[in-house]
Formats: sequence, structure tokens, C-alpha cells
Amino acid sequence: MAILIQFAIGLLFGIGLIVSGMSNPAKVLNFLDVAGIPAGTWDASLAFVMAGAVAVTFIGFSRVLKLARPFFADRFYLPTRKDIDSRVIAGPAIFGIGWGLAGFCPGPALTALGFGSASAFIFVAAMLAGMVLARFVAQLPSSTRLVAPADPLET
Amino acid sequence: MIATPFTPMASLLGGALIGLSAVLLMWATGRIAGVSGIAARLFPPYEDREFAGRLAFVAGLIAAPILVRIVSGSLPAQTIAAGTPVLIVAGLLTGFGAVWGSGCTSGHGVCGLSRLSLRSLVATITFMSAGIATVFVMRHWG
Repeated sequence: MAILIQFAIGLLFGIGLIVSGMSNPAKVLNFLDVAGIPAGTWDASLAFVMAGAVAVTFIGFSRVLKLARPFFADRFYLPTRKDIDSRVIAGPAIFGIGWGLAGFCPGPALTALGFGSASAFIFVAAMLAGMVLARFVAQLPSSTRLVAPADPLET
Repeated sequence: MIATPFTPMASLLGGALIGLSAVLLMWATGRIAGVSGIAARLFPPYEDREFAGRLAFVAGLIAAPILVRIVSGSLPAQTIAAGTPVLIVAGLLTGFGAVWGSGCTSGHGVCGLSRLSLRSLVATITFMSAGIATVFVMRHWG
């Protein structure tokens, strides 16, 4: 049952990505192209995606987190870190370059697989390799670490 | 570049659905709807027993356009302008950076900002800035 619910939640997320326009890299790149503001080609739509998503999540999280526990789990697993380390800047900087090159972030890239284009498969294969590589590098002994260790997956 | 129309209502609605999905995942599993974290944890090392649930969530993401096509008879435009070498480099950077920075547009941008996390605010400003700078260099330099 929990598995089926999580499939439905992923499906809803993917439908949101499609309805919002995030599943179209051209739209993402036209949003990131701020030189298009004076030129009149800037597509501000993605600011509305963010606004809609954050508004609903902000209200929804505040209600859900008042519950004693999640429906299918024993407790809530919320990120606890508050420090600003080098990785929370270096990681997003690297991710942002990739995002700006192709117009895909991880969610829309996975949803793009269902569109059936070969380009999406190439991107996702490389993206998954990059993810595995990041977790591998993060687990190397501290003497070979490039930067301070931390849980690489904690938001 | 290909011009895309400004779609404030559809984008607001789609964003609200993304938010609803994040809220439902928190309600059901008690976990953040961060796509990079969910996708990365499909691969070893495994730290918990949530593999099947994560795979189901990713399967839902992939199935969404198939369902939309069945229900509405068509899919909205999707233009991927980048060629294979750029797609490979971009994919590696996107995957590596998202995991290295503990989250992407969904984990930091949607869930983190909604939880008023300073880390997520720093991360979101950083990837937005890097994305804007990259598009500027690619489109307007040289």
C-alpha cells in the first residue's frame, strides 16, 4: 500500500512538472536568460512554479508536521544541519552550471524519460553517474577528501 | 534559442501540484521530496530499507507523461537543444553537484525554502546564480 501511494505521489509530482512547464528545458533556459528581460524574450513562468510550490509546501508542512508521526513511518526524518559549509555552496554551484547547460534539473530530467526522447536518456544516465560519483568521493578516507566531510544527502 | 510563451497560470497550478506532492510525501513517509536524494539513494551504499518506496516515486515521475498522453491525447512541447557532449557534461555536473550540495531544486528550492532553512536559501541562491551565469556565457559570449 505504502509503495502504491509513493508511486501516486511521484506521479502527481511529475504531472506538476509537466503542467508547470518545467519539463521543457527550453522554458527553463529562457527563464535563466536574464539578458532576455530587456530583449523581451525572458520567460518568467518558472518564478510562478516556485511561488506555487513553496506556498503549498509551506502551509502543508506546517500542518503535517503537527501530526504525531507520518502515516507509513515511525517518525519524521527532517534535515537537522544548519551550518553553511563549503559543500552547500560548491555543490549548488556545480549543479547550477549543469542546469544552465542543458536546462534539466533532476526531477524534470527523470520525467523527461517518459517523453521518450533519446536526449533525456543520455542526460539521466550521466546524471545518475554523477550522483554515484559524488557519494563515492564523499566516502573516501579523510586524507584524500577535497573538502570537509558531511552526509552528502542531507538537505 | 526557441521562444517560449509566458504561462503564469499553468505554472502556478503546476507548482501547486508539486507542492502538494511534497506535502503528501511528508505526510506518508516523513521524508523530504528531494528528487536528487531519492534518485541517488537508488544506488548503493544503502543506509535504510526505503528502496522500494523511492523506486516507486521515481517510477511515478517517469510515468507522468505517459499518463498525461493517455488522458489528454498529447504532451506539451519539450525542446532539448543541447547536443550529446553537452548533455553528458551537464548531466554529470547536475548529478554530482546536486548530491554534493545535499539537494536540488526540489529538496532545497521547494522543501528547504518552505522550512525556512538558511542552508537551503544559500543553496538556492547559489544554483540560481550559477544557472543564470552559465546561460549568459553560453548565449551571449563569443
